[in-house]
Amino acid sequence: MNERKFRGDWIVLPFLGIVAVVVLWAISSKTWAPNLPTPWKTWEVSQPYLMKPFEKRGELDQGILRFTWYSLILVAKGYTIALLIGTPLGFVLGMSKMFAKTFDPIIQILRPVSPLAWLPLGLVLFQKSEPAAIFTIALCSMWPTVLNTAVGVRAIPQDYLNVARVLNLSRMKTLLKILLPATLPYMFTGFRLSLGIAWLVIVAAEMLTGSPGVGGFLWQEYNSLIYEHIILCIVTIGVIGFILDRLMGLVERRLQVAKA
Amino acid sequence: MSALLESPPITARSTEPDYVRMSSLPFVKLKHVSKSYGFGQQRREVLKDLNLDIARGEFVAIVGYSGSGKTTLMSLLAGLIRPDFGTVMMDGREITGPSPERGLVFQNYSLLPWLTVFENIALAVDQLFPNWSKEKRQAHIEQYISMVNLTPARSKRPHELSGGMRQRVSVARTLAMNPEMLLLDEPLSALDALTRATLQDEIEQIWERDRKTVLLITNDVDEALLLADRVIPLSAGPGATLGPAVEVDLDRPRNRKTVQRDPHFKRLRNEVLDYLLGEGARKKPHRENVAVIAPRDEPSASRRQPFVVSN
Ligand SMILES: Nc1ncnc2c1ncn2[C@@H]1O[C@H](COP(=O)(O)OP(=O)(O)OP(=O)(O)O)[C@@H](O)[C@H]1O
Ligand SMILES: [Mg+2]
Repeated sequence: MNERKFRGDWIVLPFLGIVAVVVLWAISSKTWAPNLPTPWKTWEVSQPYLMKPFEKRGELDQGILRFTWYSLILVAKGYTIALLIGTPLGFVLGMSKMFAKTFDPIIQILRPVSPLAWLPLGLVLFQKSEPAAIFTIALCSMWPTVLNTAVGVRAIPQDYLNVARVLNLSRMKTLLKILLPATLPYMFTGFRLSLGIAWLVIVAAEMLTGSPGVGGFLWQEYNSLIYEHIILCIVTIGVIGFILDRLMGLVERRLQVAKA
Repeated sequence: MSALLESPPITARSTEPDYVRMSSLPFVKLKHVSKSYGFGQQRREVLKDLNLDIARGEFVAIVGYSGSGKTTLMSLLAGLIRPDFGTVMMDGREITGPSPERGLVFQNYSLLPWLTVFENIALAVDQLFPNWSKEKRQAHIEQYISMVNLTPARSKRPHELSGGMRQRVSVARTLAMNPEMLLLDEPLSALDALTRATLQDEIEQIWERDRKTVLLITNDVDEALLLADRVIPLSAGPGATLGPAVEVDLDRPRNRKTVQRDPHFKRLRNEVLDYLLGEGARKKPHRENVAVIAPRDEPSASRRQPFVVSN
């Protein structure tokens, strides 16, 4: 592969990719998928939501970024709980072989369970939609943090621990000054993956509970047969997820340097 | 008898002048120390029946083949690992774990990659001298950074440093800990001849000034002879043992240029090399360990020779 690079390829090439997909979309809606709104129709109908993104016209009729904001807050709550539980759990799993052996099977069984399966359980437990959604987000997004933290703890070179031993660092100091910084790059990879999942889960959670947010809006517009808004929501969800991942990636990259 | 030696009455101890204690009790004592790694079929004896006495304030150098177990010996003295058989004692007490009293310069530097040069040393200094004022600690750290000529790199992280620079940070960190005993595991191996000479002088000066007990591991026989009171060769593994000690009775300070031409220096060097290349390279099967060394898995030709500066 000897591809030539040119000036501005980083912006031109992705743009061409987007154009290609939009063209494909337009062709599809004209041919085999008549129910699929065309790109320009979608743009037209979405305009009020995009142009006044923070406007609130009614409970289920708000600017798209306002909906996004609700979703983000819900995600933040669930994600925070996931990290607060997942990180220490990962540490313990990484440090104690016995603990790992005891709980690894159960983690492997819980990990692949879909949010759609957890949510009803959350509703049964909490009776309300918001705590149920938070419960689902936390439970689904926790695992990458748990597993990556555990891997990171196991990967700490013996040399670092020897330094701590020679210096007679207390357990607390060893944790804060050696274990934590040494695991941080791994932990953060877990954090990033967890955030991705949390964002994935929010839509499902909102759809099932009907709470206001991008996911709730999407479901409502499907029921109101405004298909253009479904596409608007999909694009919004994707873009926000992408931005979140990039932001986490930036921090992660800075931490990787310390890993070398 | 031995119990008497190991725990002298307190009165005797406190009234004795230093030199009496120094001569009567070894500061560090290895007795019949053996260490193996692995289990079952993989079990491999690294060190076999090591005996070593080091007096307080003595400078001992150990030279040996790569992979013969020098770092293992250092880890035993540091207390990072325990021997399978025998005892390692310091100051009359068995070494059961690591302690900042025995400052170890790790062969692989063991710097923490997320800390800068300054912070790596500060971690040790802050831990060991919590009673000092912040300014005093800071000055102490800077002093050792400048001693190893790293002041311009003080805020760099290890991955931004060359191998030799990392090694110097590691040396500075250990010296800044001001330990009673210095365990130096090939501390200068990655350095160019000039830096190496500077740090050799520095180590010798620190030793002269504070009379610390020093155990230096090196693959450079000349370096050993230049610095140490006693040079002890370690035979090739598996089952490495210490060879006969060579007393280095050259006057100090030793000048590295003139000493090279000194016939006595050459004689001492040959003594060490004779052992390493002769008996120490091919361990003669003693009656009791024929079975142990029968499955030799390492052809002797693959062993690296100790590095010698020739002139
Ligand atoms: N943790 C360990 N587990 C198993 N084997 C080990 C371990 N550490 C060292 N060994 C083995 O013990 C032997 C001696 O290792 P050691 O590191 O002490 O050698 P060395 O003399 O310091 O070598 P070098 O000069 O290359 O530093 C080697 O054969 C090595 O493979
Ligand atoms: Mg070694």
